[in-house]
This record gives sequence, C-alpha cells and structure tokens, in this order.
Amino acid sequence: MKKAYLGVDIGSISTKGVIIDEKNTILASEYIWTEGDPIGAVKRLIATLKKQFDHKKYRVVGVGTTGSARKLIGVILGANIVKNEITAHAIGTLSLYPDVRTIFEIGGQDSKIIIIDNGIVVDYAMNTLCAAGTGSFLSSQSRRLGLEVEEFGPLALKSKNPTNIAARCTVFAESDLVHKAQIGHKKEDIVAGLCKAVVTNYLNNVGKGKKINAPIVFQGGVSKNVGVIRAFEEATGEKIIVDPNSHLMGALGVAILSKREKEVEFDFNIEDIVFETKGLECKGCANNCERICIYKDGVLIDAWGNKCDKGAIKIKNKA
Amino acid sequence: MNKTRVNFPRFGSYDVAVEHIIRAGLDCEYVNTPPITKKTLEIGSKYSPDFVCTPFKYNLGGYIESIEAGANTLIQIGGVCRLGYYGELQKQILKDLGYDVKFINMANANFRKPITFYEEFKKVNPNLNLKKITSACMLAVHMVEVIDKVEDFIRQNVGFEKEEGSFDKLHHEFLDDLRDVNDKKELNLLYKLYMKKFKKIEIDKPKNPLKVGFVGEYYTIMDQYSNHYMEKELAKKGIVIYRWMNLTNSILNPHVKEVKQSIKNYAKYDMGATAMFTIKKAIDYAKDGCDGIIHVKSFGCTPEIDTMPVLQRISEDFKIPIIYFSFDSQTSDVGINTRVEAFYDMIMMRKEGKK
Repeated sequence: MKKAYLGVDIGSISTKGVIIDEKNTILASEYIWTEGDPIGAVKRLIATLKKQFDHKKYRVVGVGTTGSARKLIGVILGANIVKNEITAHAIGTLSLYPDVRTIFEIGGQDSKIIIIDNGIVVDYAMNTLCAAGTGSFLSSQSRRLGLEVEEFGPLALKSKNPTNIAARCTVFAESDLVHKAQIGHKKEDIVAGLCKAVVTNYLNNVGKGKKINAPIVFQGGVSKNVGVIRAFEEATGEKIIVDPNSHLMGALGVAILSKREKEVEFDFNIEDIVFETKGLECKGCANNCERICIYKDGVLIDAWGNKCDKGAIKIKNKA
Repeated sequence: MNKTRVNFPRFGSYDVAVEHIIRAGLDCEYVNTPPITKKTLEIGSKYSPDFVCTPFKYNLGGYIESIEAGANTLIQIGGVCRLGYYGELQKQILKDLGYDVKFINMANANFRKPITFYEEFKKVNPNLNLKKITSACMLAVHMVEVIDKVEDFIRQNVGFEKEEGSFDKLHHEFLDDLRDVNDKKELNLLYKLYMKKFKKIEIDKPKNPLKVGFVGEYYTIMDQYSNHYMEKELAKKGIVIYRWMNLTNSILNPHVKEVKQSIKNYAKYDMGATAMFTIKKAIDYAKDGCDGIIHVKSFGCTPEIDTMPVLQRISEDFKIPIIYFSFDSQTSDVGINTRVEAFYDMIMMRKEGKK
C-alpha cells in the first residue's frame, strides 16, 4: 500500500479537493460549488474523490484543510493540519513553480498577492474589505449583461477598444457600466473594460506598494478568465503563468503540508454521518460571544467562538 | 447635592492610575468604564458619525454605559489629530440624547500652561486642593510607569509560559493590588514584589526566538479589545513582542527632537499624532533584528495612513515584512486570524530559510 494525502480547500464560493501521492502527483481532484453549505459540499466532494481513487493501491494517511471554512471542515474530516489559505497557496504553487516570484490570487470573495524570494514567502497582502476586483463582482456583472461567466473571457478578447470603467469601487463600477451600455458602447468592449477594471483595482489595492517581479503565477477561480489574464499581461508587461490546475493550488498546498504531520486514518465514508452545528450565545457578560458547537451523530466533538475561559464549552473525550 | 461621580474612557490598564487622580486628587467618586464588549461598540457606533475613527465609537459607547452605571461627570482629553475634536462632539451627542451630565473637555487646556489643567479640574471640583491634585497626578504618573514596565516584561515572556494563563493571572492580581497603593514608597515595594513573582513564572524560552514589533495608532495599539487581542494571539505562538508605544514613552519621555532627527531620511515633517513614533520605531525594530512588524490603526486614522508609504520604504530598505491592519466596528475575527496566522508562517519560514 502506498501513502496518499488529501487536501481540501473550502472557499466561500467553491470547494476544491485533491489527493496526491508522496511525489505530489495528483491522483484525484474535484471542484464543486460550496452553495453556502460547507459540510454538505465536503460530503459531496469526498464522495466524488472516493470514486476516482484507487483504494487497492493507496491509503490516505494525511488530511489537510484550508480556505475560510478550514476549521470547521478540519474537525469534520479529522485533519492532521489546518492551515490558512495564504500559506497553503504559496506551498502549492511553489511545488510546481519553484522559481515563482509573485503570485496573484483572485477568488470568489477575496484576493491576495504573495511575494516570494528564493522559494520563501517574504511579503503578502490580502483584500478583505472590498468586493471590487473579486470573482463575485465579475459574476454579478456578467448576469447583468446576460452572459454566462464562462463566456466572459473569450468575449473580452474580441474587443479592440476596451471601455473605461471606474475601478475604484464596485458601486461606482456598476453605475459606470450601466451608463456606458446605455450610450451605445459595444458589449465586448464593456466586458473587456470590466476585466481591466478588476486588474486595475487589484493592482491598486492589494498590490499597492509591492514590487511585482516575474515569473508571475495567477490562480484562483478568476484565473480561468482569459480576459483578466490579458488585462494582467498588459498592465504588468510580463507573461502571466496560469496552471491548468490553478484552481487547486490551495488544496494541493495543504495536502503537501499534511505530509509533515503525524499520520492519521481517514475514512471516505462520511456521507451517512450526520454533522450538525449549533449556535449557542454565551450569557456570561454583555459581549454575548457567539459560540458554535459541532456534533457528530449527536455527540459534541468540538466548540469555539468564546473570548474568555468563562464561556468555554467542555468536550468529553476530546482527542 | 448629588455626589460627583467621574468617568474617564478606559483604555489599556491605565484605569487604575486614572482612578487615583479622581479619588485622591479630585476627591470625587470614580466610576470605571464597564469592560468593553460588543454592546459597547454597538451603542457607540449607533450614535457616532459613521466615518469617525473607531476609538471615538468605543469612547462614546463607554460613556453611555458608564452613565448607566452611575457616572454624572465625564472627562475627555485632547490630542493633535481628530482626538482634539472628540470632546466637543461627544458632549453634543450626549446632550442631544438627553443625558444630563457634566462634560469636562481637557482639549481646552494647554500643555504649555499647566495652570489651565488646574482650571479644568476645578470644574469637576470647585474646592480643589492644589497640593492634593498635584501629588495625586505625580503618583499616577509613577503608576503608569510601573504598569508599563510590568507589561513590557509580560509581552516579552508570556509566549513561553509553561502553564498557560500564569502571566495573565498574576497581571490581574498586580492591577488589583495597585488600586490600594497610596504613596510612592508603597508603589515601589509593590513593583519589586510583583517583578519577583513575574520572574519566578516558569518559562521555556528558546535561545533565538522570533521577535515581532508593534507600531501604530495610539488607542488601537494599546487597547487590546480593539485590536482583537493581537499581541496575545501572536505571543501564544512563541514570539517575543515589542511595543514601545505606551504612556510612559509617548507622553512622559517622547524625546521628540531626537525622534525627528533620527527619521529625517524618511520623513521631513511631523505628520501628527503617533506618525513620527511609528516611523522611528519601525526603523528601530528593523535594525534590532525583529523578524517582522505589525502596523495597527483604526480605519481612517489620517496620521497613520500617512506613515504607510514610509513603512513600505522601510520594509524594502531593511528587507523586513510589515503587515497592516485597519480596525473598524467589525466583530468577526476570521479574516484577522487568517492574516495573523499567515504572517507567523511567513516569518517562521523566512527565519528557517536564513539558516
């Protein structure tokens, strides 16, 4: 039996999973929508990975989770490592592109930039305040234009004269877009203008003050959009590398990180287990901490959310 | 006549020193601001202009909670940024809300003329005794120094305690006992006693631990609730925390001239409030071999926004990572924790990479 490692990246919009072998070769992978239900998404994800996976040859001995639901899913999968998405993305990308100097990452709800020097992360920034320049902005605007988000990129490439669209803020961008459409700008020009706006916003906010050096790797859901790739190439004057698995880098990174940890046993059969979460407000003081309790088949397995020890929930037989 | 019950906004651990001035110096009752909670911020945000800096909201929320706890006289101080307008505006807001309180705005006093402070204090208690208030203020100053010395020691060691919570527990005991101190002699004895106790706490400190320096805006850097206990979160990962910014250093011994001189390659003019100190300390931490710097400020703090381009230059010149946090009235820790965690991973991997 050879050893294998599972990495799961649970983002706000999509959930990604990979299984790799000792040499970081991807044995199985899947990409599905989170749909506001991380536990359900992970169950579906594991069921699909189970079908792709060769159970006779390999055995999963490491499980890592990353993304905004990493803590919750880490408990549910019995992960041996739970890691933030910045580190996970860097590790994943470095395993494929050891020379990378800059990583652009645009996801559904956030975007980040990671600066790497000699294979080590030396600086990063993450946008958490503003939705302009993220995937959800592009998908809401494509809906407004009556386009599928997949059509967006190819249409943008047709434009010879991108419309200027205010990039500073989603709200301004949206009204700018409406006005430009109403006075007769072509759809492909508007779409190309939007791609440009995302890039300008990204470089002005997340990338502000950072030295951007090639090689540049672009990843996250938005890296599938060829219009945005072109806009990045025009803005930086550099070639932008997009891996075919660019959406899986976080999952890959955390799978690699799980190799260093103590081995665990992993059971693919979680479909029938009932996982439940319950919110429980602490009444200890006026802070009213919102505590979350996680139950597995009715048994409390973990809890968090309290600010002080007074509000801590005791868990019996916690591993 | 009703007794005067005074409140002053709580921040850091300095309420003990403030209490001494009010009790021993002004001969008034003291109403401590109830501990800051989500509710404080909720009330504060509700009645504040949306775009005002966050400390204003904490202060206002705290005033209202203190009034509910029995305070009838409120004191605010002034400063060389928007803080200078806090008192004026808060007084008006509280009046509009129908609270019948006396509001003393120290922004009206002038640092160059200490007598003006005496005049403001006199508004709190017309029968003020000059000797009493002077000696109370003097002792309060010494209390502040002691609090700061103790907390410096905690910051640099708490991350390595063998039994979790031992520093915290002793820190609380220390602050409780500090309340009973009446003169400088007692204060010195207490300080010595507790430093001995703090040094006795078992720690497991490696030879060359990770070191992180904190810089940033006055209130947010000193008030642990408003920076989401970031110092503690980082220290817990086994990091020595340095923070120059406290009352002793910034108010009692600011050495403004030296600071200006030493940062002249980076900033020619004073940008107000804590800006110069932020730049100076960032350079110092970089030179002293810190592994990273964390810059914290409340959202929209103009002097600290001005320092950010300078900090980016320092980061480049000294090859030191600097991460920036802006706090407003959000209460979720998730995004903050992600970035703090990533920061820790980064400085650790950098350090390992250097070996």
